[in-house]
Amino acid sequence: MNHARLRAVLTATTLTLAVTGCSLVGTENEQRPPAGEPSSQEPARGSGEVVVVSHESFTLPKKLTKAFERETGYTIKVRAAGDAGTLATKLSLTAGNPIGDVAFGIDNTFASRPLDAGAFAEFEPSFPGPEEYQLDEGSDRLTAIDHGSVCVNADIDWFKAEGKQPPAELSDLADPAYRGLFVTPGASTSSPGMAFFLATVAEFGDDWPAFWEDLLANDAKIVDGWEDAYYGDFTAGSDTGKRPLVVSYDSSPAFTVEGDRSTTGTVFDTCFRQVEYAGVLEGADNPEGAEAFIEWLLTDEVQSQIPELMYMFPVSPSADVPEDWAKYALPAKDPYEVSPEEIASQREQWLTEWTDLISR
Amino acid sequence: MRRIAGLLLAAAVPVAVLAVLFVLPVGGMLAQGFAPQGRLDPGGVLDVLARPRVRRVAWFTLWTAGAGTALAVLLGLPAAFVLHRLAVPGRHAIRAALLVPFVLPTVVVGVAFRQLLGEGGPLGFLGLEGTPVAILAGLVFFNVAVVVRAVGAAWEALDPRPGEAAAALGASPLQVLLTVTLPALRPAIVGAASSVFLFCATAFGIVLTLGGVRYATVETEIYLLTTTLFDLRAAAALSIVQLIVVVGLLAVSARLRFTPDPGRRSATAAPRAVRRSDWTALALTLLTLVALALPILTLVAGSFRVDGSWSVDNYVALGGAGDNGALLVPVTTALLTSLRTAVDATWMALAMGLAVSLIVTRRSHGPAERRVRSVLDGFFMLPLGVSAVTLGFGFLITLDQPPLDLRDSPLLVPMAQALVALPLVVRTLAPVLAGIDDRQRQAAASLGASPWRALLTVDLPAVWKPLLAASGFAFAASLGEFGATSFLARDEAPTVPVVIFRLIGHPGEMNYGMALAASVVLATATAVVMLLVERLRVPSVGAF
Repeated sequence: MNHARLRAVLTATTLTLAVTGCSLVGTENEQRPPAGEPSSQEPARGSGEVVVVSHESFTLPKKLTKAFERETGYTIKVRAAGDAGTLATKLSLTAGNPIGDVAFGIDNTFASRPLDAGAFAEFEPSFPGPEEYQLDEGSDRLTAIDHGSVCVNADIDWFKAEGKQPPAELSDLADPAYRGLFVTPGASTSSPGMAFFLATVAEFGDDWPAFWEDLLANDAKIVDGWEDAYYGDFTAGSDTGKRPLVVSYDSSPAFTVEGDRSTTGTVFDTCFRQVEYAGVLEGADNPEGAEAFIEWLLTDEVQSQIPELMYMFPVSPSADVPEDWAKYALPAKDPYEVSPEEIASQREQWLTEWTDLISR
Repeated sequence: MRRIAGLLLAAAVPVAVLAVLFVLPVGGMLAQGFAPQGRLDPGGVLDVLARPRVRRVAWFTLWTAGAGTALAVLLGLPAAFVLHRLAVPGRHAIRAALLVPFVLPTVVVGVAFRQLLGEGGPLGFLGLEGTPVAILAGLVFFNVAVVVRAVGAAWEALDPRPGEAAAALGASPLQVLLTVTLPALRPAIVGAASSVFLFCATAFGIVLTLGGVRYATVETEIYLLTTTLFDLRAAAALSIVQLIVVVGLLAVSARLRFTPDPGRRSATAAPRAVRRSDWTALALTLLTLVALALPILTLVAGSFRVDGSWSVDNYVALGGAGDNGALLVPVTTALLTSLRTAVDATWMALAMGLAVSLIVTRRSHGPAERRVRSVLDGFFMLPLGVSAVTLGFGFLITLDQPPLDLRDSPLLVPMAQALVALPLVVRTLAPVLAGIDDRQRQAAASLGASPWRALLTVDLPAVWKPLLAASGFAFAASLGEFGATSFLARDEAPTVPVVIFRLIGHPGEMNYGMALAASVVLATATAVVMLLVERLRVPSVGAF
């Protein structure tokens, strides 16, 4: 190839790439319109963009965002920040100069980290949900939006076919009758895994290591993430799964409905409650928009959609839940609890001990 | 001295880019660990290293990387011989296909291995899931291609005559292999092995998905410490250890690196016909190919299964948002984003890589200048040795103030991917540029050509093919990049690996099947790019 041709080819390639838009250069750099004064005609309306920072399982369908934008005048931008732990770390590290205006998806197992780092500004919504979901410390900053319990799920059909009874409580899982039937995501790599671990801590106290040793001796399987457990190993979650007991949510039975019944059920005495919070970020560019967003999350319009969006239960008692949920997803009544403060101060030691125990 | 000053001046732009996009973020994260609350506390970091768990993690990293390297070399050598020295039909296509695993996103490979080794999978009876053996298999799967590439290129360029002479003197084929061929190939083998070791020791996604929770390497431990435990001091300590080890390895591999001598390229032996004595090598190669194909075939088969019967529904669904609104954008849109991002990452990596390669390969006058060049060379390899987690968090906390407020820039993702692809580009271009006889440039200069003119007429003609090859590599690497991208990608503009990860993590019958289908689409796109690269036949591609 001679040089003139070579140069022509290079130039042509560069031009083609630039002209056809096969590049992100020249894409709108996210210029954020300033949060302006409310316009004079409609005094309650705001303007500008609200940046919502959340974990990767959070989705807001277009229809809902449009509704928010119509109702309030703000536009929404969602920014995913990885899994729950990554989200908490990101918010803590960027406290004071946040990557958005409002955070959603911090749960009670991670709440104290960003709270201690000063990532949240004070905010009291006009209609906070019931008292039972609020944090003891930090309720002036974090607002409960939804809740759901992590529980052992059983493949009812499998147990029926085998003529066995599903387990009734945590200690049953170490019973030789259930040998090799249980799979859970790891506490160090998955937030439902952590929640299940906390349930065992709440039940057995300082003796939890003994229980976990029994679990392992009973051939319990520990996998990386919830999806590996549910879709890889759970008999009701995959064609190839071999284990009829899995750590999942109290809402999961609503996703395995066949005809007029669910093929899976929740083992209610194994549950640990997760509550997800939203909070205005300290140093936000658009704090009014952030507050409006949290108020909006608490409206029944959004609350009644939470089951389908997040697989969680709404905090608002007046919200409607879908029919399948009302029938098959029964919220755990008396879940285990461990205070966020205790979790924060003990997490590292627990997890270190737990990881050592399971990698022996 | 003036030459060194000129050299540093020429290097100023790429060095500045790397300083801003790499040194600053990583330094920012390390500072969080070394100086919590602004007070320097190096003792605390040292204490971390005395923890028994840290020692165990370091040991596990070392032995899996060592064993993975040994296996990759053992399997790679026969394949390198068969695919580069024998006239096997279809060898070009096989060589291209071999590279697919290397650039396949770890998410996809994790899914494939789980399909294969899981309790209900075709190889489930082996009980390998979640064992170190599964991790090793994954590491070897990724890295065999590196050995085949680097050693194959050297083998191709090897003068066959000494071996023939030995055979004529009565040496058995095994004796020829052990006493003539392997010693001649040693630099290439050691070079490839050190690169593979580096890749194995810094593998993240594959260890996380295949090792489950029981096994941790330094890389996954940094992730755990940073996100779950928020123990930034321990994370900083491990990052420093990792950096030191990687710098050491780079120094070793730089010493042993094999540079093909361009003067000898004309002497390359044409591939010879297959003889009966080649059957061991052929059998081993076949075994390797089958082992590499199995996870990919499982993945493809899985993508065509819906509710226990064959169907293309998973592929049809790629245009939608998945069950239960798992996705904000359909996979087809994500593919478009992936391609556009890859274009940007490619030109960035090429621009940087070309500048760096030119700088590090120019003839040095005196030992001081040579030292400066080799330090620069090592400097640009550093992104290989730092965890994407550290880099990602570093971006957030250091690039957050004007004039360097890049957190919102759509170019952030391509920039990060370009950093990942940069070593690949440099290692493709540098050997070729180093092989150009400097006297050609001197001749051009004495005939009155300006330095730019000399560059255009001497260097460019030699380097244009490798340049295209490097762009293919950078493009494919960008398509598959997951670690840094998942961290930095904007929600409304995810790339395909990010979407796959999201699909796997969302309940819904279709979602898992869609994830498999999207993985196949991504792997196919990568394979096509690699096949085009293979058509260019650049010997030094991937030769670290």
